[in-house]
Amino acid sequence: MIDDFLLRALGAGIGVAIVAAPLGCFVVWRRMAYFGATLAHSALLGIALGLLIGADPMLGIAASSVAVALIVTLLQRQRTLGSDTLLGILAHSGLALGLVALGFLRGVRVDLMAYLFGDVLAVTSGDLAWIYGGGGLVLVALAAMWRPLLLVTINEELARAEGAPVTALNLGFMLLLAVVIAIAMKVVGVLLIVSMLIIPAATARAVARTPEQMAAWAVLVGTLSVLGGLAASLAWDTPAGPSIVVAATLLFSASLGLRAGRGAHA
Amino acid sequence: MHRDPPPPPAGPAQTLVRIEGLDVCFGAARVLNHVDLTIGQGEIVSLIGPNGAGKSTLVRATVGLLKPSAGRIWRRPGLRLGYVPQRLSIDRVLPLTVRRFLELARAAPGQDVGTALQEVDAAALAGQQVHGLSGGEFQRVLLARALLRGPHLLVLDEPLQGVDFGGQLALYDLIGRLRDRHGLGVLMVSHDLHIVMAATDRVVCLNHHVCCAGAPEAVTRDPHYIALFGPEAARRLAVYTHAHDHEHDLAGNVVPPP
Repeated sequence: MIDDFLLRALGAGIGVAIVAAPLGCFVVWRRMAYFGATLAHSALLGIALGLLIGADPMLGIAASSVAVALIVTLLQRQRTLGSDTLLGILAHSGLALGLVALGFLRGVRVDLMAYLFGDVLAVTSGDLAWIYGGGGLVLVALAAMWRPLLLVTINEELARAEGAPVTALNLGFMLLLAVVIAIAMKVVGVLLIVSMLIIPAATARAVARTPEQMAAWAVLVGTLSVLGGLAASLAWDTPAGPSIVVAATLLFSASLGLRAGRGAHA
Repeated sequence: MHRDPPPPPAGPAQTLVRIEGLDVCFGAARVLNHVDLTIGQGEIVSLIGPNGAGKSTLVRATVGLLKPSAGRIWRRPGLRLGYVPQRLSIDRVLPLTVRRFLELARAAPGQDVGTALQEVDAAALAGQQVHGLSGGEFQRVLLARALLRGPHLLVLDEPLQGVDFGGQLALYDLIGRLRDRHGLGVLMVSHDLHIVMAATDRVVCLNHHVCCAGAPEAVTRDPHYIALFGPEAARRLAVYTHAHDHEHDLAGNVVPPP
């Protein structure tokens, strides 16, 4: 008989994998991995602020992610500093501010490790509701904007000339990313979230011939990573979140071999 | 190869786009200065001019990507544009077959991907990845994509970039055939003076303002044109247009005249 906590962990992990995979493909296509990391790192500040004012940490994360997305968009209008520098400043200042803010929460016992690296084995049914409710909304929204968003990703000017609402699509995508980071945090933590976005997508690239195939393969890779990571965690008592990421990395390494093999035939 | 006769020069051909007194400024720099341009149905208009003369700016304003600082751009109500931007390259990180790429264009009613690819002699490319195409193949795919939208006006910004010389001739020939078949208006930017003159109804020579415009033969004799490109270019063009008495297929091979 499988324990309830394990079922919840599986449900949470697979739910996150399914939502993160197609969004992660866009992160990879649009070269926004570092942007995702910035959102994730600064989410710690959102958690801390949420705890300080007594609100749900999920809301705190959503608020901080939206704020960071807007700040990045505004700061990128100035041309003196490159995007990587701006994102680096925001990511690390968000993380540092979050750690400082958590330090003020003297009365509350905070499991910092759970926020940084996830605690999927402690997922509650409330968390599951967040993951499937929020994740479902993200998938519906992504499906609705799939074609124009893909066109913007391929060539922004072409999309603009054909009447796509480019700015709205870009902002919408950032918001979806913020929501996914908020719901994925419980599973892998703020420091490892980006890996759930980009490693399955990067692995899927080796076998995909169309964008949709890549998203589907990424779902499969993400799900297998969750299964493998949780199994390893049970078998060897390793931390669950990092084990999931290690499993994903192993699959990615295998895909490199596949790609090299195919390259030799081509 | 079957070739329809060009449409009769119907009086004042139906105007697709009329640009009057267009100014475009970027900050303090005035890139376009009081430009007038009209494109009619079934007409191929080539924009030539030195680097930085504002050719792409004029194209981008024509398709509505740039707001004019002054002047007006009239487009025929309901005008559908097929636009091929300059330097469109698709990142290898995004897996994409030619067919899927074309499906992403919102096709006009009655248009389908297979027919559009056949029109540009690229039906065999449908299953290939876009990253593996040669320059000429990719430009034909972009043309097919523009055709899918059922355009009245094709706007091509440097369609010959990255295409070898034989492929360039074939591409111009193809653009001419599409014009004949569909009565499209075509506005294109080109650096390639050699070919542009032979395959164009009207040449507009741009250097921030319209230096001269007219039929290719007239433009090559225009002192403004000669001042801009030098007498050598004018002389070679005359030779070239005179020598072009044969046709090329899409692979660039010479085809005997019918």
